[in-house]
Amino acid sequence: MSSNVFQRIYTKLEAITKATVTLRATGVSNDELAMVAGRLAQVVKIKKDLVTLQVFAGTEGIPTNAQVEFFGEPPALNVGEQLSGRFLNAYGEPIDGGPKIEGERRYIGGPSVNPYKRQQPSELIPTGIAGIDLNNTLVSGQKIPFFADPDQPYNQVMADVALRADVDKIILGGMGLSNDDYLYFRQKFEDAGALDKIICFINTTEQPPVERLLIPDMALTAAEYFAVDKNEKVLVLLTDMTLYADALSIVSNRMDQIPSKDSMPGSLYSDLAKIYEKAVQLPTGGSITIIAVTTLNDGDITHAIPDNTGYITEGQLYLRKDTDTGKIIVDPFRSLSRLKQLVINKKTREDHSQVMNTGVRLFADAANAKTKLENGFDLSDYDLRCLDYAKEYSNRLLSIDVNIKIDEMLDTGWALFKKYFKPEELGIKQSLVDKYWNR
Amino acid sequence: MKTTGKVTGIVSNLVTVEVDGPVAQNELCFIDLDGVRLMAEVIKVNGNNASVQVYESTRGLKVGCNVEFEGKMLEVTLGPGLLSSNYDGLQDNLATMQEVFLKRGEYTPALDSAKKWEFTPIAKPGDKVIAADWLGEVKESWLPHKIMVPFSFKGNYTVKEIVPEGSYTVEDTIAVLSDAKGNDVKVTMQQKWPVKVAIGGFKEKPRPYRIMETGVRAIDTFNPIAEGGTGFIPGPFGCGKTVIQHAIAKQAEADVIIMAACGERANEVVEIFKEFPELIDSRTGRKLIERTTIICNTSNMPVAAREASVYTAMTIGEYYRAMGLKVLLLADSTSRWAQALREMSNRMEELPGADAFPVDLSSIISNFYSRAGIVVLNNGQTGSVTFLGTVSPAGGNLKEPVTESTKKCARCFYALSQNRADSKRYPAIDPIDSYSKYLEYPEMEEFFDSKMEKGWVEKVLKAKNITLRGKEAYDQINILGDDGVPMEYHLRYWKSELVDFILLQQDAFDNIDCQTPLDRQQYMLDLVLDICSRDFKFERFEKCVSFFKNLINIMRQMNFSQFHSEQFNKYQQQLLNTVDNVL
Repeated sequence: MSSNVFQRIYTKLEAITKATVTLRATGVSNDELAMVAGRLAQVVKIKKDLVTLQVFAGTEGIPTNAQVEFFGEPPALNVGEQLSGRFLNAYGEPIDGGPKIEGERRYIGGPSVNPYKRQQPSELIPTGIAGIDLNNTLVSGQKIPFFADPDQPYNQVMADVALRADVDKIILGGMGLSNDDYLYFRQKFEDAGALDKIICFINTTEQPPVERLLIPDMALTAAEYFAVDKNEKVLVLLTDMTLYADALSIVSNRMDQIPSKDSMPGSLYSDLAKIYEKAVQLPTGGSITIIAVTTLNDGDITHAIPDNTGYITEGQLYLRKDTDTGKIIVDPFRSLSRLKQLVINKKTREDHSQVMNTGVRLFADAANAKTKLENGFDLSDYDLRCLDYAKEYSNRLLSIDVNIKIDEMLDTGWALFKKYFKPEELGIKQSLVDKYWNR
Repeated sequence: MKTTGKVTGIVSNLVTVEVDGPVAQNELCFIDLDGVRLMAEVIKVNGNNASVQVYESTRGLKVGCNVEFEGKMLEVTLGPGLLSSNYDGLQDNLATMQEVFLKRGEYTPALDSAKKWEFTPIAKPGDKVIAADWLGEVKESWLPHKIMVPFSFKGNYTVKEIVPEGSYTVEDTIAVLSDAKGNDVKVTMQQKWPVKVAIGGFKEKPRPYRIMETGVRAIDTFNPIAEGGTGFIPGPFGCGKTVIQHAIAKQAEADVIIMAACGERANEVVEIFKEFPELIDSRTGRKLIERTTIICNTSNMPVAAREASVYTAMTIGEYYRAMGLKVLLLADSTSRWAQALREMSNRMEELPGADAFPVDLSSIISNFYSRAGIVVLNNGQTGSVTFLGTVSPAGGNLKEPVTESTKKCARCFYALSQNRADSKRYPAIDPIDSYSKYLEYPEMEEFFDSKMEKGWVEKVLKAKNITLRGKEAYDQINILGDDGVPMEYHLRYWKSELVDFILLQQDAFDNIDCQTPLDRQQYMLDLVLDICSRDFKFERFEKCVSFFKNLINIMRQMNFSQFHSEQFNKYQQQLLNTVDNVL
């Protein structure tokens, strides 16, 4: 990053905290970047001539006589076709040994799309996973996170979903990725021969946490370039947003802001919304779809991070281990895709919604039966059938290792209904029963 | 002369300005950033320093930028053309903005000043008028839009001149009024009003006394909201708040619907943009969009404008109320508005209240809710603003400041339950926790006695009681086991399931079931209560279970059929046969 020759250089810091430095300077603009002792920093507060900067790499070892140089512009990314296939760091600099990215310079974290100019999302994104396609169908232009405990294979599922989805570009924003996971993604994308449509912005656990704050905006600026300028379908993967929010709380804490719930900044909702709302279906055919990961602390979704996320995103996908089958499944009760109504029965078969609802309801009946069993009560014949059904439903449809077409999922649903139940036990619209029961 | 100032400090969208003259609390100002004018509102004054919240991103702003104060508060423009419009929180017309991305500092006029409206005078020269009196009328698509004496006019006026029938723009003078001292004032079809001040100009505000029909059984039958009443829908995410609001927006028997999308998802608004111009209002046969105004400040739009959006929506609602219309105002979600207040309070380093919300949160919320109501206009006609807000409680926990503050002032409480949502029992309105204070109003009881039937409220309470007793029975069954309880418990539980499945649950995505008119609600309630009043005898509880499951299945098919159609009657016959077979 080059600096303006005429920019003044300052050499006296008034205050230093773990994440910020403060100095006296004039002519500084809000949000602009600066270099503090060779580390990138951004203006977060100005009070007369006192300027506070957040230093992305942390302030360890920064002396009060550190050299501070202002750039006069906010963080930016060079965008162009040559982004394809590249691995970059939080500042948009190559980490794959390749050449520097040349291209048009764009400020990251730009304005939002006029809601009136948006198009209603209507294109289904098939993933082959029935727990998603059948029960929680994804739509292009949607934003949806996986809510998962740290020990669950969310990154693997996300990589599978990305590679199976029919999109032009996949942009990975990795925040606090373990080095192992970073290499996993790299290997997986390479093996799939998909490198040319992949762009990665990576911050690993080895790098300073505050740097992460740049990752989503970098990834989404690249996404907007391809979706808006090139009319491409872009899928953005953000993992792990919990670590992103943690970095937010570190900065706000250092700035002496009053924390709200769970020591998160009061602006957490707006901060997250600014990222997720970049998901869009544009009238010109381009789209940005965001699949994110929010790791939970022991499944606690009332924590401020998953809670605020849930109110912003269009649904959420839960992974959990089904103790009856030993497999990881997409939890049908708590998972939800809010946009599924836009494609179900419209882009899929007419029986989709009823098969979906009935399938889940019976699975719920099975869960009740299980509770009864655990409490030592006798099970009715219906309860027993539900339990058998649930095992097979979990195995053949909910499990994340399923990879089949949607029609096949629906047929499997009917086959299971028929195997264990009578039509009058299901409450499905008669016309559908007539058509599909004996297929 | 205008007061001016210079920027002295910036933290996110809170900017401090040193001023050279008088400024007022909530006064508007514009900050000049290299020729781009950013709108902001004064939220605190301390000596010569004013703290302003900027309605835009403050990126690039510098100490020393010039600020110009406007001498007025944030205002909306009121006049024909509001309906079918799509505004942002500051009443900028989103549809007339050119670019795909929202441009900072771009403000578009709320009303089309070139459009001509067919004006018909109501008042004549010599008439004595006061603020909010009707001077004339234009047809705003189908709606008789009254042109009123501006609300800001104080005292008595006499109509001196009024233009004859003809077409005029909102900027043409349509009348000249003279005040008590004989000064003449020109009146056009548009007027401005500060959003944070309630519009008055009516004679009285009685207690609500009639229902606002929504077509949602769990609301109309069980916990009705009154015309001019207030209600709120708290619920964890994923429980269907937005689906319920949209259903009400489509079906409610209101003349005008104002939807404030406040800090929520853009795609939800897009759904309205797309569907409402196509969907037909079954009562009037007109497109839904013709009765709807959308105020859209989605979650990624500037926070300060989010706070303004609910006030903008309310002010437009009050404007139509003054025309003697029934207005329904929906705000999704008022928690986002409260969070906007919190963000600002936080940046101003105010001492925080619970969960870091400002300490006056409760009074701000109740002040806002109090702007709803049914009113008797000066000419004796009535108009109303019914307000229904959603609340998004943090962590789904109803013991949080926004829910608690709202509960103090809203008269209807529609609690969405996670359990019901998890088991796909939609709408997830909890039949036991939810309430409508209006059921206790003697005025409302009287209304129901004449509109529905004598003793209606009692019937409703009976149905509620069945769900309550069913829940108790269910708990007992869970503790003691299916065989450990008397048959009576199973009967009680399944009767409550019948009420749940047939009356409370409703498929918002089924063309027929989504909307149930009152007469049909009454019919189904009678049918269900009739079955519940019978004394069934079963030897084994399994028999009881399969019998009721069968009943539920048949009656669900009835819900999916056209009322009183051949198919409906067929299922009803089947139902009666099944019931008689057991008795």
